[in-house]
Amino acid sequence: MESLSNRKKVIEQKPMTLAERMYLPAIAKGLAITFKHMFKKKETIFYPEQERPISENWRGLHSLKRDENGKERCTACGLCALACPAEAITMIAAERKKGEEHLYREEKYAAVYEVNMLRCIFCGLCEEACPKEAIYLDGPFVGADYLRKDFIYGKDKLVEEPLKS
Amino acid sequence: MPIFSLKENWSGKIIQLMNLFYLIAFLSIFFSLLVIFSKNPVYSVLYLIITFFTLTIHYILLNAQFLAIVNFIVYMGAIMVLFLFVLMLLNLNEDSEPMKSNLIKIAGVVAGLCLLVTLIGSFRALADSDPVILKKPEIGLVKNLGKVLFNEFLLPFEVSSVLLLSAMVGAVLLAKKEPKKI
Amino acid sequence: MELAFVIEKFALVIVIFSVSLGVAAYSTLAERKIAAYLQGRVGPARAGWGGMFQPLADGAKMFFKEEIIPTQSNHFLFIAGPSLALLTALIGSAVIPWGQPLTFGDTVIQLQVADINVGVLYIFGVVSLGVYGVMIGGWASNNKFSLMGAIRAASQNISYEIAMGLSIIALLMVTGSLSLKTIAEQQSGFVNWNVWVQPLGFLIFIICAFAECNRTPFDLPESENELVGGYHTEYSGFKLGAFLFAEYINMFVSGAVMSTLYFGGYNFPFMNNLLEMGVHPNLVTILGILFLLGKIFFFIFFFMWVRWTVPRFRYDQLMNLGWKILIPLSIANIVITGIWIVVKEIYFK
Repeated sequence: MESLSNRKKVIEQKPMTLAERMYLPAIAKGLAITFKHMFKKKETIFYPEQERPISENWRGLHSLKRDENGKERCTACGLCALACPAEAITMIAAERKKGEEHLYREEKYAAVYEVNMLRCIFCGLCEEACPKEAIYLDGPFVGADYLRKDFIYGKDKLVEEPLKS
Repeated sequence: MPIFSLKENWSGKIIQLMNLFYLIAFLSIFFSLLVIFSKNPVYSVLYLIITFFTLTIHYILLNAQFLAIVNFIVYMGAIMVLFLFVLMLLNLNEDSEPMKSNLIKIAGVVAGLCLLVTLIGSFRALADSDPVILKKPEIGLVKNLGKVLFNEFLLPFEVSSVLLLSAMVGAVLLAKKEPKKI
Repeated sequence: MELAFVIEKFALVIVIFSVSLGVAAYSTLAERKIAAYLQGRVGPARAGWGGMFQPLADGAKMFFKEEIIPTQSNHFLFIAGPSLALLTALIGSAVIPWGQPLTFGDTVIQLQVADINVGVLYIFGVVSLGVYGVMIGGWASNNKFSLMGAIRAASQNISYEIAMGLSIIALLMVTGSLSLKTIAEQQSGFVNWNVWVQPLGFLIFIICAFAECNRTPFDLPESENELVGGYHTEYSGFKLGAFLFAEYINMFVSGAVMSTLYFGGYNFPFMNNLLEMGVHPNLVTILGILFLLGKIFFFIFFFMWVRWTVPRFRYDQLMNLGWKILIPLSIANIVITGIWIVVKEIYFK
């Protein structure tokens, strides 16, 4: 049948000539190509010593941020846990006591904040959901470990280092 | 250069060689018995390979290097591989051995006796030649063998090649598929 | 004299064994390095300078891995398979002339373990025996994949042995001798190399050598994506190592055979000129050994180079190539060689 759009390309398949059927010229050509590759620049990156440059919108390990005075920003509102499509985030809220104002910015804070790194898909939705700009996925790779329980990262691993003054 | 030259150090060499011969002869009979008595056909073939290897050593002892190496290549290296190949494909074992009828047993006995009679007859014909001292010890070397094959025995040699050719054509005919009738 | 002879040969055997084992060990590194370089990577580079100790690390890994013998397998044959593969790979180098004789005063040391006058056929026999290790190992594993691999190995080796034998026959018509020592001596200099008179024969031989060593593009017995690991699916630890090692030793031996048969063996260009100039013969011999090793290393490199360039054949393509192309070509080669010898006798005398 005739093609309506006329954009169809018919590829002509000629029977192979003797030189093509011998395959040896083709093999020689292939050998030449691979030999040339021996002298090309090597693409290997020696990982622990040398790291691949990461892109600007890279999403790695989560970090819970502090404000300019070194107080934790998170107020344990649970929006990140709600936004998380992989159900990776859990938290327990607590009320700020007297004398803890230098630690937590708001009156309510996250006493426990856990991200299950085996569930997390690093989509960044928690980042977008957070009204307090408290969580960012700006860390490195999540390292390997032996036990499943060791992949549940608590506040000890997630919260930023306190400000040095 | 023959591996064992029989000319020098005559008696000591002969005793050594005879001892070696008895050892190898014992081994070849031992393994050929194992070929018959082992239940698993794959084991039989493996023992047969060892038997052929001992036969190769016999040829070397007879200073027939070419025959030795041809026995090595053709029997050990090619035919036995094919045997093993077929047996592995069929995957026979002790359980699948069919019961043999008495008729087959009688036929086997008759065939074995025929072979025995032939062997005895040929040994009787050979009785006058001394088995230890070869008349032409260099006959087994490639050069002499080639000369003999292509001069004295040219006709049988060529006829046997025609025989092989016809066998090959027959095999091709058997293996060729019948053209499908539509 | 007898004792000295035995000691001399024994020492030579030890040297050749250790050289072939060492070369095989470093071939594993070379394989990975060459694969990496052809693919724009650097390959193993952590163990020692540029990965120099990688073979030791690999060997140690193989040694300390758990040896698994499947319960339903045939235990004796399961162990005999890799041993036989390694044995047949190692004994092939016995007839290769590694160099001209070394002379120290009165003593002459032949650099060849056994100069038997059917040397070429011996190599051929050992090669044809090599398939037993694979077959026995594959069958004894009691695994469908192993059995398929073993059967493929057997049929492939038998098919390509025929073409290999026929290409050797054409070579023997030119040399007129079955002794590898004589063949090597005939090719002194550069223009006398057999490859110049037997280019087609050499081509067939090297293709068959690829098939006999189970190297890509003919590595169907162990093709990973169809047969898991082929004949060594069930093997682990040192027995697997023996199988893999046998492959590399086979490469080394076949490289040595090809250089001896077609590329002049230990001969190198202007060797006789060096001798005439009064260079010590032992020095020339050592140079010759180095040249032979260089040729072997080139062939090993070529094996690897092809492996990382050409994809694997399909099984029917393999059989078509062997039976319908290589065997008729090698028979044609025999006929052409015969005609050429007769023409040379008549017109160029």
